[in-house]
Amino acid sequence: MTDFLQLCFAGLALGSSYALVALGFVVIHRATGVINFAQGSILALGAYFTFNAHVTWGLPFWIAALVAIVASAAVGVLVERFLLRRMTGQPVFSVIMITIGLLFVLDQIITMVWGQDAQNLEDPWGIDTVTARGIVMAVVDLWTIGLALLVVCSFFVFFKYSGMGLAMRAVAIDEEAAMARGISVRRVVATAWAIAGAVAAIAGITLTAGPAALRPSVGLIALAAFPAMILGGLDSPLGAVVGGVIIGLTQMLTAGYQPQHAPWLGNDFQSVTPYVVMIVILMVRPYGLFGTEEVERL
Amino acid sequence: MIDGRDTVLSIQNLEVVYSDVIVALRGVSLDVASGSIVTLLGANGAGKTTVLRAITGLLPAQRGRITKGSISLGGTDIHERSSASIVGHGVAQVMEGRRLFADLTVQENLRAGALVSRPSRDELAERYDNIAELFPVLRDRWDSQAGYLSGGEQQMVAIGQALMAKPQLLLLDEPSLGLAPRIIDLIRDVIVDINRQGTGVLLIEQNAQMALSIADHAYVLENGKVAKAGPADELREDHDIQEFYLGMGDRGRTKFHEIKSYRRHKAWGV
Repeated sequence: MTDFLQLCFAGLALGSSYALVALGFVVIHRATGVINFAQGSILALGAYFTFNAHVTWGLPFWIAALVAIVASAAVGVLVERFLLRRMTGQPVFSVIMITIGLLFVLDQIITMVWGQDAQNLEDPWGIDTVTARGIVMAVVDLWTIGLALLVVCSFFVFFKYSGMGLAMRAVAIDEEAAMARGISVRRVVATAWAIAGAVAAIAGITLTAGPAALRPSVGLIALAAFPAMILGGLDSPLGAVVGGVIIGLTQMLTAGYQPQHAPWLGNDFQSVTPYVVMIVILMVRPYGLFGTEEVERL
Repeated sequence: MIDGRDTVLSIQNLEVVYSDVIVALRGVSLDVASGSIVTLLGANGAGKTTVLRAITGLLPAQRGRITKGSISLGGTDIHERSSASIVGHGVAQVMEGRRLFADLTVQENLRAGALVSRPSRDELAERYDNIAELFPVLRDRWDSQAGYLSGGEQQMVAIGQALMAKPQLLLLDEPSLGLAPRIIDLIRDVIVDINRQGTGVLLIEQNAQMALSIADHAYVLENGKVAKAGPADELREDHDIQEFYLGMGDRGRTKFHEIKSYRRHKAWGV
């Protein structure tokens, strides 16, 4: 039982990181209809910005994290402003291909600036753990879960009560009708990219802190968060979180039990479980768990 | 100036082209005096909605653009501005088909209409009260999703949404479309009421009966051109208007295809 809870905790922590990544996808998709494949690269940039500000410049970790969050939000805004704005009204497919191209370009920039080698984020959590009822919990995992919760609650409050949140929901439902009401779609889209960038940076920090190392390949985690987003429904922040947690738990439980009980599935089977779960759920609910049918315009 | 009143909206010689080939408006000129109701009549495809899109800067979304002419609002040229800026200048519109945000509640829809004018909390509350006074039936629907309301209630929300921006000019695109006669009467009374409070109204309608009964001035649009214009009283007495728009013809042409072929052969004399 303790083993099971231990795996569930690890799954929840991993799922929280996925949820943060998926939230970035969702916020852009809701506002623009675009799936931003470069989200993983912005995530990696966020982690490297933190590393640079903390380790290279010597800023305190939390300040460095804040700098990285702001800088990543700025990267999101710049990408939208200089690459994607001129694509307004063009086929969504072309825009998505641009984000895929950007994924590779940003990855190369990261390697150019910070190199291929693994780095240490030198975060305050390190490999500390706390134990409760026999379950060993890494401090970084607790922080990851806490930060994800905080971000999700902020999302909820933002979308429900703020003017910009309302404007974003209006644009997501009917862009032209929103324009007719005087809502500036440009500002909404820029804000969506800024939020996605900021959330990606938080995800990047949680994924590379603690015992994990900082490598350019951390951006690939976005691919694993992809099923989380699809699973929850492309346009639902709640779905992104639920999807993230489901994928995280599935992956960790598979990693824990599969080698023992189903060794014939081979090594490292957990890395494909997100996609297996995604395929199964999409066959039953083509718009994801919380998605709406509008998603079909993609 | 029109009849001693300031001009709130002035459109001069407007030409609009879609996708660089389809000419939707050819030299349309139109004025709305402050505090007046002006109606724009015309059949489907005559270009009525295009006029609205041109005024509110929504043409680019449909690959349309203004190729000639100008649109000015209280003396300021607005035809090259974004829709956010135009609405910010006091032009609110009720779109054809209402186009509410179906997943949002009635209150959220209303608030979305007010976003452009950034009202304070108190101002916002006051504007909600005004809308509730205008449409008491919405009071009980405040937290309902707009998509679940009846057509009439949705039209009320759509008008309320436009009024939340405190416009000086209200554009209405076929507000009577698909509504029961009782609701049309209510909407008509509300438009008159809004106008009495000083808001200029440009009313686009196929329901000429309703539109001419409340308008000060009317324009008839045919194939992208203004075919007739004049005070609403005069147009109400106009023989062609009576025949084509008010269904009061007396020539014994009762069959639809006969009317159609007659219309094809009879030009408006422009």
